[in-house]
Amino acid sequence: MSDLTKSGAAVGEPTGASPAPTAFLEVRDLKVHFPTDDGLVKSVDGLSFQLEKGKTLGIVGESGSGKSVTSLGIMGLHTAGQYGKRKAQLSGEIWLDGTELLSADPDHVRKLRGREMSMIFQDPLSALHPYYTIGHQIVEAYRVHHPVDKKTAKRRAVEMLDRVGIPQPDKRVDSYPHEFSGGMRQRAMIAMSLVNNPELLIADEPTTALDVTVQAQILDLIRDLQKEFGSAVIVITHDLGVVAELADDILVMYGGRCIERGPADKVFYEPRHPYTWGLLGSMPRLDREQQERLIPVKGSPPSLINVPSGCAFNPRCPYADIPKDNVTRTVRPELTEVDTRHWAACHMTQEQRERIWTEEIAPKL
Amino acid sequence: MLVVIVMVVFGIFFLVPKWAGVDIAASFVGKQADPASVEAVREKLGLSDPIYHQVWEFFKGIFAGRTYSGGGDVTQCAAPCFGYSFRSEQAVWPVLTDRFPVTLGLALGAAVLWLIFGLAAGVLSALKRGTFWDRGAMVVALAGVSLPIYFTGLLSLAIFAFGLHWLDAQYVPLDQSFGGYFGGMILPWITLAFLYAAMYARITRATMLEILGEDYIRTARAKGLKEQVVIGKHAMRSTMTPILTMLGMDLGALIGGAILTESTFNLPGLGRAVLDAIKTQDLPIILGVTLITSLAVLLANLVVDILYAVIDPRVRLA
Repeated sequence: MSDLTKSGAAVGEPTGASPAPTAFLEVRDLKVHFPTDDGLVKSVDGLSFQLEKGKTLGIVGESGSGKSVTSLGIMGLHTAGQYGKRKAQLSGEIWLDGTELLSADPDHVRKLRGREMSMIFQDPLSALHPYYTIGHQIVEAYRVHHPVDKKTAKRRAVEMLDRVGIPQPDKRVDSYPHEFSGGMRQRAMIAMSLVNNPELLIADEPTTALDVTVQAQILDLIRDLQKEFGSAVIVITHDLGVVAELADDILVMYGGRCIERGPADKVFYEPRHPYTWGLLGSMPRLDREQQERLIPVKGSPPSLINVPSGCAFNPRCPYADIPKDNVTRTVRPELTEVDTRHWAACHMTQEQRERIWTEEIAPKL
Repeated sequence: MLVVIVMVVFGIFFLVPKWAGVDIAASFVGKQADPASVEAVREKLGLSDPIYHQVWEFFKGIFAGRTYSGGGDVTQCAAPCFGYSFRSEQAVWPVLTDRFPVTLGLALGAAVLWLIFGLAAGVLSALKRGTFWDRGAMVVALAGVSLPIYFTGLLSLAIFAFGLHWLDAQYVPLDQSFGGYFGGMILPWITLAFLYAAMYARITRATMLEILGEDYIRTARAKGLKEQVVIGKHAMRSTMTPILTMLGMDLGALIGGAILTESTFNLPGLGRAVLDAIKTQDLPIILGVTLITSLAVLLANLVVDILYAVIDPRVRLA
């Protein structure tokens, strides 16, 4: 097990309201709520984390846990281009390199988008405009932030396509997205998001829409590029295999909140939340001989309008009755430090969780 | 494609009078004609020939001209020959060429207006969804779609031409008087454009709302593009695709069928010609207008297909 605890703080202490960000990216008590006819959807409800340059944070969780909403919130894409009466409600603080984004001028945030922070989306086919060439779209992304002529920008586009491993980049630059294969399209997408050397790269399920054979290549590419550019990277995924490959730290989300976070090795080998156990149990492993069935997490994700009272995971948790006085169903557990830089939000005692993990869960994985 | 349509049109117009028991020769000559002159006309027009022969003669006439002879009377009809009107005995082709520019001008002028106002209202509605502007624009659009041309047309005539005397409700050809043409056409244009702008606004709004939810719009914003560029370039480009399809079909259809507008405003266009022809069972005119209309629809669709390929690279084939 590598000693990530000393290698640099990509995940810091949960912070209060003190306005002194030390980390490159610091999210404090982020809430993203959407008003609907049925009520207020609390997609993200109090999320805090820190991320340093050169580090990778993996945000893990099932559909509807608030992963993508968090990333779009950091990018300022909930408020940009929001029309009509129903607007997303964001609160909390997002500090990027000393600037608080939620209270900043929207046009300033727009200028940061694509230059300081950029994003890779899940499905590169739908995320690229079908009517414009790959080159046109990369050139456009570059020229928003750099006052250069089209020729210079196109040279830069070809250079980026070459860098992400697209063969014959000087020809492919004039191709349309539909003329690329899925993997090549995602490479082009990555080239586009890195064209301005962003300091923060958010990859939202970057491999979900790709063939398994291509997934590893794309993950390798992201890792190599991160080393080269030294950016901070957030990888959002429901696939623990992806974060195992990339992340220094892992943040597990459930029902719009963080239920466990810490260094990747800790979360993988000493998880301290029943939901994380469930995720690990439902992950196929090739390094085990065991031919047992995968164990799914029973039940379905919580409603984000009527989040279960107490611990949001309690209706699905097999250990919900262990803590006394029905506390799992009445009191929301706070994140508590279970180890150095490793937090989990669970009502069970440390000893109870350690025992269940070592005796019941770990042997079955 | 065009050949198939031509055959179908011919089939209908040659067979239907036969089934309906209408004697074309008699209708050509007039009600109180003596049988001999009816026979002469029948022979001259070749009406007793087999249908395929008549079709062939008609077809040949369009490209090579035609000579009618019978009853000691010879009439030369130069190419393109669409025959003669039963009523006025005028050749059909000059009627078509006289009236086509009127209809074309009406359709094109109205199209310019409805594109400008329809698209603007649609985009505005989409961007201001759920607000007063959106509701207001959509109520106006609903009115535009549901009010018939002969209502809005007559209303505008009553107010602007006969009430306020701002305009002269008189058609003046473009080559006679520039100002007169626009003065006479502005009300028909607005009336026709109101109907279509309403439809285009609704389609634009729906399409724009759908496009705004697309991933590539989010990508455009993630790049840091200004909202004007996101909407004006990325979203508009995609919104134009269904609009163009509609425009092609609507223009094609209008060229043959702005009947209500032309009747209301007394414009001497193709629609009026065909309406009068139907009332008087003037088959050669109906036939000529139908052919021109089919051709216009086909041409419009061809242009749309070409524009499609220009707009959407996925349509382009090697």
